[in-house]
Amino acid sequence: MESATTTAPVIEPKPLSPALTAKDFKGPVDPDWCPGCGDFGVLEALKQAVATCGLQPHEVVTISGIGCSSNLPGYVNAYGMHTLHGRAVAVACGVQLANHSLKVIVTGGDGDGYGIGFNHFIHCMRRNYDLTYVVMNNEIYGLTTGQCSPTSSKGMKTKSTPFGNVENPINPIALAIAGGATYVARGFSGNQKMLAELIKGGLQHRGFALIDVFSPCVTYNKDNTYQFFRPRVKDLAELGHNPTDFHKALDYAFMWGDTIPIGLFWKRDDLPSLDQSEPVLAEGGPLAHRPLGIDPAAARELIEELM
Amino acid sequence: MAKVDFAVAVGGAAGQGIATPGDILARIFVRRGLHVNAYNAYQSIIRGGHIFLILRASDERVNSMGDKIDALIPLDQDTMNRHLTHLRAGGACLFDAEKIKPGAPRDGVQMCALPVRELAGASKIPNVQNTIALGALMQMTGVPFEALEAAISAQFGKKSKGAAIVDENVAVARAGYEHAAAQFQPFSTSLPDTGKRYAFLEGNQALAMGGAAAGVKFYCAYPMSPSTGVLHWMAKNARKLGIMVRQVEDELGVINMAVGAGHAGCRAMCATSGGGFALMTEALGAASMMEIPVVAINVQRAGPATGVPTKTEQGDLWQAMGAGQGDYPRIIVAPTTIPDCFHTIPELFNLVDRFQCPGIVLSDLLLSEGRASMAPEEFDFNPEIDRGEIIGWGGNGNGDAPPVPEGGYKRFKFTESGVSPRALPGTPGYMHVAATDDHMENGILISDEFTHPHKRQAMHEKRMRKMEGVLPRIAPPKLFGPANAAVTLLGWGSTEGVIREACEKLAGEEGIVVNNLQIKWLVPLHGDHILSLLSKSKTTIIVENNYSGQFARYLRGETGFAAHGHIRKYDGEPFMPHHIVDGVKAILAGATKTYVPTHEHIV
Repeated sequence: MESATTTAPVIEPKPLSPALTAKDFKGPVDPDWCPGCGDFGVLEALKQAVATCGLQPHEVVTISGIGCSSNLPGYVNAYGMHTLHGRAVAVACGVQLANHSLKVIVTGGDGDGYGIGFNHFIHCMRRNYDLTYVVMNNEIYGLTTGQCSPTSSKGMKTKSTPFGNVENPINPIALAIAGGATYVARGFSGNQKMLAELIKGGLQHRGFALIDVFSPCVTYNKDNTYQFFRPRVKDLAELGHNPTDFHKALDYAFMWGDTIPIGLFWKRDDLPSLDQSEPVLAEGGPLAHRPLGIDPAAARELIEELM
Repeated sequence: MAKVDFAVAVGGAAGQGIATPGDILARIFVRRGLHVNAYNAYQSIIRGGHIFLILRASDERVNSMGDKIDALIPLDQDTMNRHLTHLRAGGACLFDAEKIKPGAPRDGVQMCALPVRELAGASKIPNVQNTIALGALMQMTGVPFEALEAAISAQFGKKSKGAAIVDENVAVARAGYEHAAAQFQPFSTSLPDTGKRYAFLEGNQALAMGGAAAGVKFYCAYPMSPSTGVLHWMAKNARKLGIMVRQVEDELGVINMAVGAGHAGCRAMCATSGGGFALMTEALGAASMMEIPVVAINVQRAGPATGVPTKTEQGDLWQAMGAGQGDYPRIIVAPTTIPDCFHTIPELFNLVDRFQCPGIVLSDLLLSEGRASMAPEEFDFNPEIDRGEIIGWGGNGNGDAPPVPEGGYKRFKFTESGVSPRALPGTPGYMHVAATDDHMENGILISDEFTHPHKRQAMHEKRMRKMEGVLPRIAPPKLFGPANAAVTLLGWGSTEGVIREACEKLAGEEGIVVNNLQIKWLVPLHGDHILSLLSKSKTTIIVENNYSGQFARYLRGETGFAAHGHIRKYDGEPFMPHHIVDGVKAILAGATKTYVPTHEHIV
């Protein structure tokens, strides 16, 4: 006699979703960035990268902190979170582990990620969370109307450094390479095609990917403009760099002047991402989808231990 | 009245192995069906200093560490000097005759000098005097040696070379046992076997296990005394129970990671103490703004700042109420006993899931690091689960979602209850942004380009409206004791046990009829109900473990009720029952309106 309980449920295969284009990822409102802002180029490159990866909007979560660039999730048709200043990476870590079937992208600015959120950033890299982090680095605090940022150059005059910045800037690329990130790239919003490729590479990489982007602030940063970057930026591939060469990658990270390298600095595929290292996720699917109850035998054991 | 009420104190320096005899004794007691309460006074030091453990057993539930000590085991001279006079007449002090000079006890105290070197024989086990003293104590309390042997096996048996360690400990324990039989007077009452069996656990374990019962799938923390026990339990059981446990770089990361996990659909929890909680506050407001359920536990310790890390206080009530900028819906609860720690967590998760807001638990060192017995049937690992309104609910939002309504999905839709059905990331068609900036029903910001006072007002009211739904779902507080009492002792959270014991003492020893109103749910507060109960009280005295009367001020703000008197303690140590008894008497006599007891144990 056949019992209903022994028959496996019939699972209908889901129809394959049609391939999407960048347009399908256009969000419900248009960006409110200043005309000419570098972030427009980053947004377009990001949408292209997501589309070319074959992702569906509901499979993607963009998570940002606070700042001009952190408004980005509102401009993308995907799940999004617009969290507190500096906390995007931490929130993203929670989302990624709670549902590791999602593609989690963190977006934000240099102040958000390299200033107030730096602690999360550095620890997230050593833990190799499977996140793609796109930092729109304009070397200035824009939304607060122009104060120096952790990446502002020495000597730069801003509203908070009217006589010139006396501090040294952070080097996010060198930090990321040394800090344990497994994919480290730098893009330029003036080269959208290359940027889309770099982001796509980050999305396809299993582990922590940093894509630092020169994204000029046309309103408050008169030093690091498109005109400043265009003649200086050089593709690392054209410079003959091999992104699996750790020491060369560090050398290029410190190169600054007439030649500023952009492209892929560093990549390694031999390390598992955190979700791959965590036995709790080895089987059973995303945590968020698992049933809540505890097996009665396990519960009994927990009580017995106390007796 | 309890037939048995026996308190053992073990004191010494950190590193002298006080925890081990404490665990063995507790195991013997609960296996004989005796209830136990344990309080360990300790310091922020790994080796040295002074630790003082009071373990109290009874055939009835033990509410506090009590007022008296029946047996004292000083492991060093310092403990002998500090605590010998705390032994009641009829009690006994068991000490290593070769290392410790006896002090001058009260009349009627038996000084049991143990010839440790002689009794230990060839044994080289560390802290051998502890095991010998245990053996002697069990003989004097009429506990069969087999009970001690079984507890020693349970304590050491699982270690590597466990059998050898067990044998050696059993041998020296037997030497102590036999020595006591020959040399010492037994206690006037012996510790019976009631035929029941209890579990023995600390409040932090109860909080963690309550989380596991609630279906917590994500737990993260940064180590901070006295909350770290929750992390330890979670880490130990994570793989067995399928719980993601992470130690994070700081408490900013902790709460934000938990918020992320909560948003993605896990029941997410974290615990810290006041300092860490201070770092979490902005994100609690963020969880509320993004309408994400999450639970944060603050195990209070004596503040401000680093304060006294190993000492207790109820000093963070206003911090919890003021956590984060702006007005926002959240639930604040203070469990009243260790078993209540277990039961509160599933209950709170149902509320925060239903109302999509953060929940804050106010525990304290007394509750979280205090230990108590609990009947096995009291652990409900199959509590009612209510995950609230989740679209596409088929397990956990992984079922088929209904078609997206005309005009698009409104994550923050205006509803009468203020609760808007939420879609978890990954649900096809329901994409939206959850923002810490204020926003419209569809999630689009009204903070930047599209500010609009009417929209802001409507959304703020929608969020805050949720609190109206919470109040009917939480139990109003009940009076404990006779309705027509001369005095009502009002407390909140962890002081329930000691206040109730004080009520019994006042009635039994002083002839003063007292009842207790203990407040567990702090926000929202059943203010009208509390006011109606207190309006019938002749004298209301508020008892709390802080300097400024944080709850008294809160109650007055919410209800206009001003108490007749206050008993407050802020020396880092918990109340003992007689502190409250003395306070009630002083206040009734008109000697003071605010009574502050002096703690007798210098620990």
